[in-house]
Amino acid sequence: MASSDSSLELEPREPVPSGSAFRARATRRAAQTADAWRSDGAARWLFIWPAVLLILVLSIFPLVASVALSLGRLAFHQGGVDLKIIGFANYQQLLFGLERSHFLGVLKAPNPIGWAVVLATLALCAVAWTRAARGGRVRPIGLLLRLVGGLLLVGSVWVLVQALASDGGRPGALIVTLIFVFAGIVLQYALGLGLAMLLVQQVPWRRFFRIVFLIPLTITPVGVGYMFLMMTDTSKGPLEPIWVALGLRDFTWVTDPWLARLAVIIGDTWQWTPFVFIVLLAALESLDQEVREAALVDGAGRWQSFRHITLPAILPVTTTIILIRLIEGFKIIDMPNILLGGGPGTATQSLTLQAYIDWNTLNLGRSAAIAYLLLILVSVVATVYVSFVRRRVTDLA
Amino acid sequence: MRNPFGRRSATDLSPPAKLGAFVVLLVWAFVVLFPIYWLVVTSFKTPYVVDKGPFYIPFVDFQPTLDAWRYILVELGNDTLRPYLNTVIVGLSSSLIALVMGAAAAYALVRFTYRARVGIIGLGIGAGGLAVVAALLGAPPAIALLSALAVFAILAQTIGRRFQRAMGNSDIAFWLISQRILPPIAVAIPLYVLFQQIGLLDNILALVITYVAANLPIVVWLMRDYFASLPRELEESASVDGASIYRIVRSIVLPISVPGLVATFLIVLIFAWNEFLIALVLTSANAQTMPLQVAAQNATRGPQWWAMSVLILIMITPVVAMAVALERFITRGILVGALKG
Repeated sequence: MASSDSSLELEPREPVPSGSAFRARATRRAAQTADAWRSDGAARWLFIWPAVLLILVLSIFPLVASVALSLGRLAFHQGGVDLKIIGFANYQQLLFGLERSHFLGVLKAPNPIGWAVVLATLALCAVAWTRAARGGRVRPIGLLLRLVGGLLLVGSVWVLVQALASDGGRPGALIVTLIFVFAGIVLQYALGLGLAMLLVQQVPWRRFFRIVFLIPLTITPVGVGYMFLMMTDTSKGPLEPIWVALGLRDFTWVTDPWLARLAVIIGDTWQWTPFVFIVLLAALESLDQEVREAALVDGAGRWQSFRHITLPAILPVTTTIILIRLIEGFKIIDMPNILLGGGPGTATQSLTLQAYIDWNTLNLGRSAAIAYLLLILVSVVATVYVSFVRRRVTDLA
Repeated sequence: MRNPFGRRSATDLSPPAKLGAFVVLLVWAFVVLFPIYWLVVTSFKTPYVVDKGPFYIPFVDFQPTLDAWRYILVELGNDTLRPYLNTVIVGLSSSLIALVMGAAAAYALVRFTYRARVGIIGLGIGAGGLAVVAALLGAPPAIALLSALAVFAILAQTIGRRFQRAMGNSDIAFWLISQRILPPIAVAIPLYVLFQQIGLLDNILALVITYVAANLPIVVWLMRDYFASLPRELEESASVDGASIYRIVRSIVLPISVPGLVATFLIVLIFAWNEFLIALVLTSANAQTMPLQVAAQNATRGPQWWAMSVLILIMITPVVAMAVALERFITRGILVGALKG
């Protein structure tokens, strides 16, 4: 009797779990599961090894070869190619040397708004860090890591502000790519979720919409690029009457950096919203509708039922979608390349496009160096994202 | 006739809300379909008509012609058919293989716990790196690989056992997805060298292998969330009843995962169908795929819009047809039915 009492009381008395407690509990649960399934020893390995082996074989060689390329310069001569190792010169050129204005941007002293942003970030980081230090729950090594992370954050904000909120500053490929990625993810997720939510309702023409909404994803990215080139042509494109009606007959958006970037973001969103849409649709459709309906019958509002039932159920898959779009988005190339050739100037040149241009001019070393910097940047962003966001909302991490 | 906007059940949307939803959906459908419509009309235009400015409606605004279609389907004939068949074969086979391997790995990552030992992994990477360096320095690849394997086996048995730090399931999953970060630009040349060594250049097998590897992480991540959201009760009760894991997967897990599997299959099929840069580098004539044909229409005389439109349209037709055929599987009821039945 006593034991059943205590087990009854344990649950409500448990404090609100912090991230690490969640993780500990998840591990414990997973360990119990492992015991239950231990009899399937062969399946354990059979299920996962083919995937791991294939990826291992196909990934290690390009990874190692790219490092070698990025540290060297290819010399072409009659009958062959020589790789001359020149150390970190390619990286140095991109981050500090000649190519910095191209890669990072033209950095100038920030204007007052820029200063305000930097100081606010600095203050926030300082407050968060002192809190962690005073709380006493974080180990010294954790504090050190947090300090480094905070300094990195302030440093990146400093660079961003110098390029974007300053007189005469200009963002380079790295910052332009960040803009594309984050604007794209926000737009695509909002649109994809909205459309998926509408289409789980019993609206007329449901099947028609579900298939039509998938179409942009089915077109090859190169084709989408050319299609948008047609659509955005202000003299022969189908939108020409609209431009004329707005009195913009001789106006070209191609020469304005921000309009050009906007065009790329619109094209990217047109193409990738279906991806978010179809994954969320599958997730929403597999939810147990009875719980939601019961809540609605019991008088919960639609917003409440979304907030407390639907949203928690789709949070794990949401974080996966965002992670995949983050990784894929950083590789954006076709839309800015075909639409604008990276122009005006280098205003829409993404990292991959810059690497591609170097690749085409046979500067393979610098191309590989750009790719590696991209790899490092995305790895850091993705790791931070997985450990700070995804671990909070799912046991899977 | 029933009012299409009427309530179907007590919890359904109210008629005005439903009408509003319908209008929003119509607007987005227009945004999606208008560029497609433009592709269709462009495919029936002559270069002169395209150049003269926007014309919208065939027979009213301009006289349609089948020139572009005839050019792509008849004049080019086999030069269109071969890449088309390649795309179909590569797309279907690579996405099916990726789906099977990836779903298995995803299920394993949800239901089993793994402890991948860091020491062993480090040794493996080191040995692999040695093999690559040896190969770059001119050793025959087969010998370099074999000696690296031998070094790895010896060291793993001796030093490797001392390092007990391990990676969990989430670390394995993150490692898998991190393989997609390096842009195709950086991967293309090493892959070219790799497939050159094993004599698979300009062979669709090379594309199949590459696309399976490239799409596996996507399958693993999407299906992992999906499997994790399935109720455990069914599998546990089957396990208690003595069913083997293969039986449980085949007759319980797979049937109730159909919506997720179908959505994932469509996504990776589309990725493989449309991939451009790797195909550009790994193929020359025999194994070329359709995205290369589309890009090739941007000739020295400027983009051949009419021909490009035809190619894009014949490229998306089978994928859209497949989406039409598979769409009904992405629907509710399957899971609920399984739980009740």
